[in-house]
Amino acid sequence: MTGGAPGPLLEVEGVSVRFGALVALSRVSLAIDRGEIRAIIGPNGAGKTTLLNVISGFYHPYEGRIVFDGRDRTNLKPPDVARLGIARTFQNVALFKGMSVLDNLMTGRLLRMKGSFLLEALYWGPARRQELEHRASVERIIDFLEIQAIRKTPAGRLPYGLQKRVELGRALAAEPQLLLLDEPMAGMNVEEKEDMCRFILDVNEEFGTTIALIEHDMGVVMDISDRVAVLNYGRKIADGQPEHVRKDPAVLDAYLGMSHD
Amino acid sequence: MTELVYGIAVAPFKDMVGSPAFFAEVLIGGVFAGLMYSLVALGFVLIFKASGVFNFAQGVMVLFAALTLVGLLERGVPVVAALVLTTGVMVALAWAIERVVLRPLVNQEHIILFMATIGLTFFLEGFGEMVWGANVKKLDIGLPDRSFIVAGVQINQLEMSAAATAAILVTVLGVFFQRTRVGRALRAVADDHEAALSIGIPLKTIWIIVWSVAGIVAIVAGIMWGAKSGVQFSLSLIALKSLPVLILGGFTSVPGAIVGGLIIGVGEKVGEVYWGPLVGGAIENWFAYVLALAFLLVRPQGLFGEKIIERV
Repeated sequence: MTGGAPGPLLEVEGVSVRFGALVALSRVSLAIDRGEIRAIIGPNGAGKTTLLNVISGFYHPYEGRIVFDGRDRTNLKPPDVARLGIARTFQNVALFKGMSVLDNLMTGRLLRMKGSFLLEALYWGPARRQELEHRASVERIIDFLEIQAIRKTPAGRLPYGLQKRVELGRALAAEPQLLLLDEPMAGMNVEEKEDMCRFILDVNEEFGTTIALIEHDMGVVMDISDRVAVLNYGRKIADGQPEHVRKDPAVLDAYLGMSHD
Repeated sequence: MTELVYGIAVAPFKDMVGSPAFFAEVLIGGVFAGLMYSLVALGFVLIFKASGVFNFAQGVMVLFAALTLVGLLERGVPVVAALVLTTGVMVALAWAIERVVLRPLVNQEHIILFMATIGLTFFLEGFGEMVWGANVKKLDIGLPDRSFIVAGVQINQLEMSAAATAAILVTVLGVFFQRTRVGRALRAVADDHEAALSIGIPLKTIWIIVWSVAGIVAIVAGIMWGAKSGVQFSLSLIALKSLPVLILGGFTSVPGAIVGGLIIGVGEKVGEVYWGPLVGGAIENWFAYVLALAFLLVRPQGLFGEKIIERV
């Protein structure tokens, strides 16, 4: 699964992002190692989603670099980033609402499909074989995420928690090297959160996928992450193992508004 | 009073039964007119499906395609070569539209893109006139246009080939959307731009493809309209008639465009012939719009449209 250059899978080096006069990110550096679960947390407006958008090519940094797998990838556009093997989910769930769950997952495999347009249209020969292979791999993901019962349901009709799960499935269908999850547990009840945690851990373990996830809520993340970075007002204020970060005075300050002397 | 009721509810049906061959001819005429509307509506649906943009310029694209084809034929280009060249022109047009109009306006409100397509309408109309002149022209690519009589009903070959063409187009487009990778990507883009980008679909390419396909559909519509009533600038007005078709069929449905077109075509012809005299005729001009209005009240998503339930 992982190959290529030694060193971290992804490095964010001194990245700044501005929107007009607003500085959303200020010289943030962060490394994501191969195979780890990396959490990025912070209060609202800390710049977490901005960071994710920079990594996935939706925004481009005003200064700094992004290195993926040993190569500079700073100014790529979203489709090109996807092509490198980086998949993502969105905070507000961006599914194709009119399509069935199965079709949603199939779109995740678009990048892995190739072949003649004409043959595809005729659903013939290699095209048919290819379609069947993709179907099989999508079915594996459906089994894995335990969403067999809703395969034919239009995604827009599903409850929120399930939509988030389907979105995870679509990202997985691309067989990414790096999976970016934007608040995968936002708006979920306790049970759904536990399920989601389990899926994230399983993905990491079974497919060896490197995962970077953003969360607003500290609690859940601390239990499943290998390393946690904390952002506040566009700056990184702490980075390290969960138990260290949890006790960091700057973090407590940002989250609880306490002052320490 | 009874006379009026008789005139509305009894007499027309008596006429229909009384002269079935004539009724069949009216129906066929309606189907043909309906297919013409459908062909224009199809172009709308394609672009709306893939980008959520209501392309006001679709009617003018039909005109422009027909003008280009006629212009080339007049200069002595053989039919097949002229068709290929016209297709090339429409693809180039799609590319130019993406580059000049859509790309700078990406992420803008739909209404702004809609306004841009109105601008495009005027541009294409003027440009077409500048290049090819403003005269009414006859478009003849050698489609058979003889009539023959089957079981007392007059049938026109042109109408038959129009029906066949529409059927083929719909089948091909249906397969294209449902079965192919590009089709799936198109539906994805229509649903959610950001998500589509994140799974590696390049918006630019998709837009060029879909505008090209709409351009090719416009060529087919242009050939049919041109063969029937000549290539003239009023052709761009048929775009207006395809609006009620879209409302009936649903803005996102390819089969909807066809069925909607047929209902309107047949409805207005039958209405004109059998009920028209009651109000002094000319029902044909407004029937479609009244039907669309009624549909908006009862079933705003159209016959085949997707019902969108928004969570609030």
